[in-house]
Amino acid sequence: MTARIGVVTFPGSLDDRDTQRAIRLAGAEPVALWHKDKDLKQVDAVVLPGGFSYGDYLRAGAISRFSPVMETVIEQAKSGMPVLGICNGFQVLTEAHLLPGAMLGNNHLHFICRDQKLRVENAGTAWTADYAAGQEIHIPLKNMDGRYVADEHTLDMLEAEGRVAFRYVVRGEAADGCGNPNGSLRDIAGITNEAGNVVGLMPHPEHAVEPLVGSGRTDGLPFFTSILKKLVNA
Amino acid sequence: MSRTPLDTVENAAATPDVELPWAELGLKKDEYERVVEILGRRPTGAELAMYSVMWSEHCSYKSSKVHLRQFGEKAPQSDALLVGIGENAGVVDVGQGYAVTFKVESHNHPSYVEPYQGAATGVGGIVRDIIAMGARPVAVVDPLRFGAADHPDTKRVLPGVVAGIGGYGNCLGLPNIGGEVVFDACYQGNPLVNAGAIGVMRHEDIHLAKASGTGNKVILYGARTGGDGIGGASILASETFDDAKPSKRPAVQVGDPFQEKLLIECTLEAFAEKLVVGIQDLGAAGLSCATSELASNGSGGMRVTLDDVPLRDSTLSPEEILMSESQERMCAVVEPEKVDRFLEICDKWDVIATVIGEVTDGDRLEIFWHGGKIVDVDPRTVAHDGPVYERPYARPSWQDALQADDANKLPRPATGEELKDQVLRLVSSPNQASKSWITSQYDHFVQGNTVLAQPEDSGMIRIDEETGLGVAIATDGNGRYAKLDPYAGAQLALSEAYRNVATTGAKPLAVSDCLNFGSPEDPAVMWQFAEAIRGLADACQQLGTPVTGGNVSLYNQTGDVAIHPTPVVAVLGVIDDVARRTPVAFQEEGQLLYLLGDTHEEFGGSAWSQVVHDHLGGLPPKVDLERERLLAEILISASRDGMIDSAHDLSDGGLIQAVVESALQGGKGARLIVPDGLDAFTFLFSESAGRAVVAVPRSEELRFNDMCGARGLPVTRIGVVDGTESEAAVVEVQGEFALSLTELRTAHEATIPALLA
Repeated sequence: MTARIGVVTFPGSLDDRDTQRAIRLAGAEPVALWHKDKDLKQVDAVVLPGGFSYGDYLRAGAISRFSPVMETVIEQAKSGMPVLGICNGFQVLTEAHLLPGAMLGNNHLHFICRDQKLRVENAGTAWTADYAAGQEIHIPLKNMDGRYVADEHTLDMLEAEGRVAFRYVVRGEAADGCGNPNGSLRDIAGITNEAGNVVGLMPHPEHAVEPLVGSGRTDGLPFFTSILKKLVNA
Repeated sequence: MSRTPLDTVENAAATPDVELPWAELGLKKDEYERVVEILGRRPTGAELAMYSVMWSEHCSYKSSKVHLRQFGEKAPQSDALLVGIGENAGVVDVGQGYAVTFKVESHNHPSYVEPYQGAATGVGGIVRDIIAMGARPVAVVDPLRFGAADHPDTKRVLPGVVAGIGGYGNCLGLPNIGGEVVFDACYQGNPLVNAGAIGVMRHEDIHLAKASGTGNKVILYGARTGGDGIGGASILASETFDDAKPSKRPAVQVGDPFQEKLLIECTLEAFAEKLVVGIQDLGAAGLSCATSELASNGSGGMRVTLDDVPLRDSTLSPEEILMSESQERMCAVVEPEKVDRFLEICDKWDVIATVIGEVTDGDRLEIFWHGGKIVDVDPRTVAHDGPVYERPYARPSWQDALQADDANKLPRPATGEELKDQVLRLVSSPNQASKSWITSQYDHFVQGNTVLAQPEDSGMIRIDEETGLGVAIATDGNGRYAKLDPYAGAQLALSEAYRNVATTGAKPLAVSDCLNFGSPEDPAVMWQFAEAIRGLADACQQLGTPVTGGNVSLYNQTGDVAIHPTPVVAVLGVIDDVARRTPVAFQEEGQLLYLLGDTHEEFGGSAWSQVVHDHLGGLPPKVDLERERLLAEILISASRDGMIDSAHDLSDGGLIQAVVESALQGGKGARLIVPDGLDAFTFLFSESAGRAVVAVPRSEELRFNDMCGARGLPVTRIGVVDGTESEAAVVEVQGEFALSLTELRTAHEATIPALLA
């Protein structure tokens, strides 16, 4: 038996097909979900993919957050359904208040596309169980508005509760993907909710699942195997 | 133009003496007289608008047509060509039932006036050409030329262009996998912003721009029509810049990539359901172009009600609506019974779609406004029967002196220390330095099929996940070579792009070109243009790679000073299994480095002569197309049979530039030995064509040498991959100098951010 994992397509979603491929490569069944449709087609988990939904013309994720599909996603996430937000999907999750904080424009004001080095800080979430805590991985990063911010209190709370899921590895060679790429506070690349079922991050694990294409590494695959194992064993 | 009374066809016939602003719209007197002759009366304001944009240099190719014919006349026999010149883009068979469409276009003039929007809409336009053929766009490339890297205006133009390309392409979800960035003072007032795109489809999905079937509906869909880009093709792209004239900023279009992304998805969905008879994108000349081209390529005429065009600005006149170059619009011809479903798909994607007309019997294009007929023309006279000029051309008087100023006589470095110093200057010069500050602003991962992206020799995309079938594309063009000898320069551009595709392991199949030149009204420029086309057509014939389409950009000059003649050539190749691709980066220590091809003392137009002596003179490297073909065959065989692990073509900057790039990308050093019969300087800096450096695993050495020997390709062992960056590896030329990778990396990577960030 396998698991059905939904991938939402918003107008302007770009990495929806890539994410479906990553789910398939991990051995799960990808299910396409449409933003105008409240029906989640009985999927076991949902991924909100990267892209520029609604062109990011208002504020990244601000309009998608109100789409019909998100009503159901928000409701089900609160009752424990695993949800992963990648890049624009992470922005949607913060706009939907499923995760705290917000994303601002990169501090250097440019779009940046690079193979980024991350440290897995929390290997206990639904989407990170196949990593080891402290493991360093390379995951492609590509965005314009990737600077994670939150107030000091929220940041302290995230740290105290172990809810910083991924951090940019700052020390090391830039050529090796090290460095804070956008000015994110406390080098935060991704976070989780209290229950560990909702995870959002700016880098794109779906671009690191095959040795031949994308970054040429497979460091992103454990996101999708983690969730598959969790769902199948549940 | 006045809006009242309505200038109908009737009105025009009744008022033959009304003066129309043909000169302001960019028409010459004799061209206007020709319009009157065709119509047998004066044109209406709307007809004049259409003729003026469609007969512009940009749309009609009136100065270039007589030369461009050679691409057809000399076209090599190729089983791969499915759709040739004349459609929105050429289509090539790449096997397994797949067809690939690709094209390179210019958006030079708008990008100088308004860098962000000019470059952004350049991407938008080429992508719509690809969709219009029925294909899903899978990648873009951007060959760029700017003025001097340290000129203050370059800091205005370049960051805007790069942000515009990224802002648009990234938002469309198209990986940017190739292109070039070149700096030269000759482009100071005329940067070249060329944009290329590739699309993939099944053979049976090819669509063409024609309106057939009486009663079929003409549907305009996408963005509303606004007042932007009016006269972009005629006023902006077909004249030289002149300080005395008013700003041309209003002639630049404004892009909305989100709208275009929706347009892509909804168009592909309509194609998938076989709802479309004919399709055309709205680019240069907007509705004037789409209606006249669709109608003239089809079997009947067309009737359009302009009042039905959705507008962004309700005060637009019919002339403005016809000339507007508002972006993100397309025009489809759909059978009546399929119209509802077509509109439903557009609605699903929140794309505005409106039936604006239908295909009629007969051969007239008729356009109505407020009940009056404002256009009644034979569409062929608008779209295809524009003026054709045999512009005078003559070899410029200065050409001999330029060629006599031999770069081979320039002072050369005499010691190892001087060589080392010049290597550092070369790899850190703006043209040879790493462009990662630029390319990291482009998404090259999206769609998940990017196998190779810049700074690789060619970009490569997987098109079938099961079989590993892929395509590769490279664009090249060296304006310095072409200035010295436009015939050879165009052939060298093709040679380099062809070689770059083969270096990555793909078989070159077909060519698209973007021909960037100065004013055709200057006989010297016209000579450069004629020579370049003759050179390119001859070379394509010899290499068996047909030109499938492209674009001509003239009037790239400021005052009397034209840019270097800059033919940019894109070569598309196919690779059966992308797992066999060959990257630039050195892979493993101990692998043997071989130089393929012959090295001569060739420094005319070289990067060395530019960087060290600020010199341009002499002759460019000798062209040997048969050698290029042989080299390509060897590189492809070696890649397929696993005989080489990395390869890099040798072009500007010569061997040392290539080795340094392979070393830095792989994080591994190299020890080089100057081969017998060559001096160190020539070995390192010569730009002889038809060469590549490959890294061969020791286990393959014998087999590789045997293959080269059997086929007659000169091969010289020149060193070994040695040392890793973390252990202080060097690039060493034995007996001359050694440079650490750290030092080289700093030199190579710091230049562009320091100038532009």
